[in-house]
Parts: sequence; structure tokens; C-alpha cells
Amino acid sequence: MKAAVISFPGSNCDFDMLYALKDFGIDVQIVFAKENNLDEFDAIFLPGGFSYGDYLRTGAIARFSPIMSAVTKAANEGKLIVGVCNGFQILTEAGLLPGQLLVNKNPGFICEEVPLKVVNNNTNFSNAYSLNETIMIPIAHGEGNYFADDEVLTELENNHQVVFRYGNNPNGSLNDIAGIMNEKGNVFGMMPHPERAVEKVTGNIDGQNFFKSILSGILNQA
Amino acid sequence: MKGINSMTTIAENELTPEQVRDSKIYTQWGLTEVEYELIVKTLKRLPNFTETGIFSGMWSEHVSYKKSKPILKKFWSTNERVLQGPGEGAGILDIGDGQAVVFKAESHNHPSFVEPYEGAATGVGGILRDIFSMGAQPIAVLDSLRFGELDDPHTRHIVDGVIAGIAGYGNAIGIPTVGGEISFDSVYSGNPLVNVMAVGLIDQAAMQVGQARGVGNSIIYVGAKTGRDGINGASFASAEFSTDHESDRSAVQVGDPFLEKLVMDATLKAVREHSDIIVGIQDMGAAGLLSSSSEMAAKAGMGITLNLNLVPQRELHMTPYELMLSESQERMLLVVKRDEEQAIIDLFKEADLDAVVIGEVTDNGRYILEFDKGIVADLPIDFLTHAPKQDLPMTKPERMSTFNDTQYEPDIADLKATILAIMSQQTIASKASLFRHFDSMVRADTVIKPGGDASLVRVRGTKKALAMTTDVNARYLYLNPFVGAKMAVAEAARNIVSTGALPIGITDGLNFGSPDNPEVYYELDQSVAGINVVAQQLNTPVISGNVSLYNETDGQAIYPTPMIGMVGLLDDVNQAMTIGFKNPGDIIYLIGKTEDSFNGSEIQKMQTGKIDGQLFDFDDEAELVAQKLVRSAIHKELINSAHDLSEGGLIVGLLESSFQNTLGFDIDTQQDAKYLFSETPSRFVVSVSPELSDEFESIASGYATKLGHVTHSDEISIKTSTQNVHLSLVETVKVYQESISCQLKD
Repeated sequence: MKAAVISFPGSNCDFDMLYALKDFGIDVQIVFAKENNLDEFDAIFLPGGFSYGDYLRTGAIARFSPIMSAVTKAANEGKLIVGVCNGFQILTEAGLLPGQLLVNKNPGFICEEVPLKVVNNNTNFSNAYSLNETIMIPIAHGEGNYFADDEVLTELENNHQVVFRYGNNPNGSLNDIAGIMNEKGNVFGMMPHPERAVEKVTGNIDGQNFFKSILSGILNQA
Repeated sequence: MKGINSMTTIAENELTPEQVRDSKIYTQWGLTEVEYELIVKTLKRLPNFTETGIFSGMWSEHVSYKKSKPILKKFWSTNERVLQGPGEGAGILDIGDGQAVVFKAESHNHPSFVEPYEGAATGVGGILRDIFSMGAQPIAVLDSLRFGELDDPHTRHIVDGVIAGIAGYGNAIGIPTVGGEISFDSVYSGNPLVNVMAVGLIDQAAMQVGQARGVGNSIIYVGAKTGRDGINGASFASAEFSTDHESDRSAVQVGDPFLEKLVMDATLKAVREHSDIIVGIQDMGAAGLLSSSSEMAAKAGMGITLNLNLVPQRELHMTPYELMLSESQERMLLVVKRDEEQAIIDLFKEADLDAVVIGEVTDNGRYILEFDKGIVADLPIDFLTHAPKQDLPMTKPERMSTFNDTQYEPDIADLKATILAIMSQQTIASKASLFRHFDSMVRADTVIKPGGDASLVRVRGTKKALAMTTDVNARYLYLNPFVGAKMAVAEAARNIVSTGALPIGITDGLNFGSPDNPEVYYELDQSVAGINVVAQQLNTPVISGNVSLYNETDGQAIYPTPMIGMVGLLDDVNQAMTIGFKNPGDIIYLIGKTEDSFNGSEIQKMQTGKIDGQLFDFDDEAELVAQKLVRSAIHKELINSAHDLSEGGLIVGLLESSFQNTLGFDIDTQQDAKYLFSETPSRFVVSVSPELSDEFESIASGYATKLGHVTHSDEISIKTSTQNVHLSLVETVKVYQESISCQLKD
């Protein structure tokens, strides 16, 4: 059982994700965006950052990098794909998750710990949490305002694809959406950073159950 | 092609050497008549256009420190930890286990006034290059910012731009902005200060210096292509402003954090993998390619020859003058062993970066530039890199002899209203609405985030953590630069000590007016003297720093503002202490004595609109005792919170400790109510569990005064010998938190 963290040029949370996964005993390595094969990995993580500078729309360049065809292949094979922050933005750009992340309602980058509500704990990404539990997870983004048209939103809600909602919506996201998965339940994206909330010494361990959930998901598949 | 030492060629459309002499264009670039004559005399010929530009850049105060050097060399900068003192990209201190901490501060004041976003952004980019050019991984950034007051619309524009610029660069490159401080005073309205401090971590075995040794070794240019941005920015930064120089905008550079991240990661990879073939690394900062290349050669006692046609260029038809004096960002210069260049070039190519051999190290001591098959500059490097020093006169500022020696008497007829007013002052009120724009957590090592006394970043893989802070109360220096500077170092150290860490070193950012004004030169001299005294007492050498002079607009100088950046070492991160009260029932103590210390205080400024009178005293001994006591209490695990007292005095310290975890308090100061606002230095507020209070009192006896206890309620209850007051915690927090964001709205 192996995991990959994709490093795009401009990714800056790749090592944070790598360390967090290692802390949970996961065999994980960095794979660069120039590569095009992920066959040996069971789970793939797209970390936060500013891929290719994100001077255009966030994730708009990254989706064309060679690794993304391998990510899409892995997604189609049912492997776990997790995008955090910029990773979530890239997954929506690549069409692996529905919707779009727009500029925050009040424009500007925000770094803050915010309350999230676990609204579906029957997923590979949240099964270690209790239903409706409130957790504190840091956000750090300028473009985290989740948008989708009514049809997509209704579908997301009806299929219980919304996993986390903001308790106190910081960016204008529709339906307070902080994290969603695809219909199959193997591709997941969220704007907040659980990898920044796994160690007591840095003051917050509410992200631990996110990784425990993924670990049990990977183990179930293996 | 003409030979070495003969007359050099000139590029098309440039002034001839005679025209340079006759038009005196060099005076517009900041060279004096005396300096120009010295150049002519030493070269035994007229310098051409390019050479004259080269001298103007290298002899600008920003690059040469020709005016400040006589004072700067007085800094105390050696002790058992110092691995690298001033003179390189950044200073380095031993932190044990073969590791070292690298840090430096830099100012980007002038550019941030002209073009706030890019000025601040490139300030972050520049200081980070100083850190990674030493071979160190940057781990944190702090910002020390001074603006005019928020009722001025132009100031609000500058604040918005500077905050967005720091965020835009720091967040994208992925180095957390963990702290710093922001304050406001009208003296900065035409000269905002943007000082950025960066901290890095390095294995001692991997340390790099910026030297060009070894005849025949190659000079490799790495990173962004050179454009026409920031041309002669160093001369621009070495002159006073006048409001009718709007066209100075072109001297500000444009930053690209994405490119810098690639350059940073590739440079650090090169250091890790090829330390055997890399001879030296230097970033291109002020005076760009010129300064980096000539200084690398000068430090090694060598010469250098560059072929300017090989410099990667992003604009057409750039002249030698432009190529040498461009301050385009995200560029580095490497010196690499001859015949080993390809490994380095390949490594950078792998990251899609330009890496080009543009010249070589020579042993003739000359700085030679080739362009279009001619020689466009041929200068003795030693002469070029040693601007004639200037001994400037100094006199004690007139104002100091007029200051009244009695302390200001605060008006506190309505104590509650006075407290709420103090908490809403721009200097005091929470800056969280600004700091929230900075990613303070990326890299996942931030233990204490912005909002405490000092920030704390753990050293991954060890139990160690590094505390860091920036501090200076320039009002105190305005009243007395020597004593005020001592207080600035002491306060920075108290910030560090409040986390439990041991202060280990200083970087400074010396922001002053024009040194040609003898009163300003006196302020600079006295500030350095004051910093030295306390630095030695604390064993915190000054290992790096930056000087920014000419912070004057239309003749108005800023307060003397020597920003103190300090780093501390905490051996066990699990002992990290924070400022917030933790438990209801904990006993609150004040460490240190409170006296009549009101001249230069927040309450004086608030109630009279100005700063006036003789500065109150600083007791070196009391400071050391208080710091030692707090560190010892933290290490013995006797206290639950520690907060240093500064602007606004005891009342502000108590309330900030209270706000962190929303806990009230009930105290009796047994002093006149006015002392709640006194700013006597060398004081802390700590809280202690009742069961440990006997043990705490046994080590703190004679230094600590019991004030009261932490409560669970919304009520804050304060008794003094003259007045009592009750405040709602919720209401007071609201005033504190919302004041700045309210004033920032148009």
C-alpha cells in the first residue's frame, strides 16, 4: 500500500502533506508533475500551494501537466484521490470534481482556524469523525469560494457528496461547502488544511481523524 | 577591440565620457563632485557612461554604507555562537546538534511608498534570497511595519498595498509570515517603513558564502531574465523624497514569487548535491548584477570578467548600464569550479530555469565588462567596492535640551472611558484583521502564531524551537535615542523570554532620516551605542542588519527607528509559553516595579496628540533580573502564562492575556489608577496555579506583586487605590478587535 503526494511547480504544502501521512505510518513519496505514471500508488494526494504561480485562474495550468492524465486514470480505477486547497482547485479544473472555486466573497487571502461541521461521516475521508461533529481546521486561501450551478448543487446534496461544511462561512461558498467528494466516493477535495492540524505541538489535532479515515479507507481497499 | 587599461568603448546613443563630465549627469545619480574627481584621478582618465553608472550604484549609501559604516563597525557581533557575522548575505548562529540559524532583516521603505504592493512583495523576495544564498532553508518571515495614521486616505492605500504585497509574495512562495509588528504615527505618512526579517535553518556543514575564489572558475547567472525594472534603485533608495518626483515609480521592481520558489528550491538542491563544486553564492539585490559580482570578487581578493551579451535578457536592446544596474528580481549568481559547470546548469534546467555561464574569476583585481566585442568597463575592484568613507558631523538634537524633566500626568477622571480609548488606539488595537492575510502556518511548524509576544517555530525532527520577534518603540528614541535603543533591545528580549526561549542574537533594521543632518547622524550613533550596551548584557550579538537612511519627505524626518529583530532558542518546545490566561482561579502577578513613566507613552500621545518630555529611565539590572526570573519560572513549570508589558502599560498587558482564551480577571493594584498606563520597562504579567503559588513566590520574592486572579466570568474587575472599574470582557474585546478594521474602511 503506497501513497503519492504530487508536487507541481509552485506547490508549497507538498512536504506538510508528506510529513502528515508519514506520521500515520503511510508509505508515501513525492511524485513530480512532470511524471506521467501513478500505477504503483493506491492513494494520490494533491497538496496546497500556487501551482505554476496560479497567476491565471487557480489550477488552470496545473490541469494540463503530464501527471494529471495519470491522476485521472487512477481516479477512474477507483483509487483514492485527495485534493487539499490548491489540490481541490486543480481537481475541479480537471473535471474530477464538480464546481469551481472562486475568489473569496471579500477578496483577499485569509489564514485562520475555522469551524467545520462533519455532515457525512460515511466516507473514506471522514469515517473516524462523528456525524455533525464540529472540528477546527485552518484555512489559507484567497480563492476558496465554492460555486456550482443549482443542478449540480442539488445533485451534490441528494447524493450526500458534501462531507464538510463551514460553521461560519469565511469565503462565500454556496451551501457553506468546505469539502466534497465525487459520486463514486473515491475523489475528494477540501479547501481547509487538515495536514496542518495533526500535531499537539502546533496546537491543533482535529485533522488527525481525517488521516485515520483515509488510512482505514486504503486498508479496506488493499 | 581596445585593450585593458586603455580607454574603454561606449555603447550606441550613450553620452561620451566628456559629455558625462560636462553634463554632470553623475550628480543626478547621487555621486558628488568630490567623488567624481576622485574617480577621474584614480583611473587617470574620464570614466565612460557605463562606468559612471557603476560607481553611482556601488557608491550609493544603500550599497556602500559609506556614511553609516563608521558607526556600523561599532556593533558588537562576536560570541561563542557566531558562525557568520555581518558582511555576508545573512548572519549565522550555532544552535547545537550541527545545526545553525540564519537570519537578517532588510528594508524596502522607498519602493513601498511609491508602489506599495510591489515594493513590499519584492522586499520579502529579497530577504529570502539573502537567506537561501547562504545555503539555508528559509523557515519564517516577520514584518515590522510603520505607517502614517489611518485617518489619511493615502496611508490607507499604502497599508492595503503593503499587506497585499507581503501576502502575495510570502503566501505563494510558501514561507510562513509568523509575526512582526505594525504601528502608526503621522511621522511615517510620507515615509512608511517596510522592514522584513527572514529566518532560515542550515546544517553547519552546508554553509555557503558569497565569494568568488579560484582563477578560471565560472560565474553562473541563475533565475529570472534581466529587464529594465528597478534600474539604479540603490541610488533611488539613497536619496530623500520630494513629492514632485512621481516619475520615480519606474525604479520599483516587480516580483514573481513562483519563479523565486523555483530558484530557491533549485539553489538549495544544488547546495545539497553539489557543495563540492560550488565556490560561492550571492543573490542579486541592490545594484543587481553589478553589486553581486563585484562584491564576490572583492571579498575573495580576485578580479572578474563578465560578458554582458551572455546575460539572459527579457527586453531588447538593453545597454550595459541597464544590464548592470537593473534590479530585476529572482536572480542569483553562483561561482562554480571550472569544467564542472554542466552539473549545475543541468540542475537548474531541470527546474526550467536559466543558468548561464557569463564570466570568470581572474587574478588581475580588475572589474571588466565585455559587450558587443568591446570592453565597456575596466575598473580596479578594490577601488570600486570601497567607496570613500565620509566622516559626518553629529550634534545632539536641539529638541532634547528643551524637554521638560517632569513626567506627563495622565488625565483619568473617567477610568473606564480611558481604558476603552487606549484599547482602540491604532498602536494598541488588534492587528489580526491585517495579519490574517498572511499564511502563518504553511510548513506546519508554527507553534506560536501572530498575536503573542514572540512567534515560535519548531525545528522539525528535534525538540528545539526558535522564537523570533521584531520590536522598537520609536517614540522613546525620539525622546532619547540612546536609552530608547536600549529599551528596544530589552523589549525584544522580553518578547523572546515570554515564550521560554533564550535570546541568542540580533539583526537590525536602522531606519533614519538624512545622515547629512548632524542631528540625525547623532541619533544613528546613539542608537547603535544603546543597542550595543544591552546586546552585550544579554549576550545577543548583532550578526546582520540593514540601514535605510534618507527617510525624509519634504524635509520631515521619521522618528529614529532602529528595528530590532531577535531570535531565541527554546531547548524543549513542549515548554513553550504563551501570553493567554489559562485557568480561572490562577493567580496573577506583576513582575517588576511600576514608576512614573509617561513621557513617550501611549496615554501621552492619546491625550495630548504628541510625544514630549524627557524619557523615563531604564534600569539594566532590573531588566536582567526580570528576564531571568520569567525564564526560570517557565523552565520549572511554575507559570501558566507570561506576557511582557510595553505600549499602554499594565492594563493593556492584562487585557491581552485575558482576551486570548476569553477569561476575565479580578485584581487590586493598590496603586494610583494612573499607573495602569505607565510604561515602565522590565515588567511582565504572569499567571500561576494556586497550588504552585508558594513555590513561585519563593523564587520571585521581592520582584513579583500579587495582583489578583483569573476568573471565569465576562466581568473584568479592577481596583486601584484611587478608583475602581468594571468592564465587560465581550465589549472590551470588541473595541480591541474592531478598531483597526473600522478605520481601514473608507
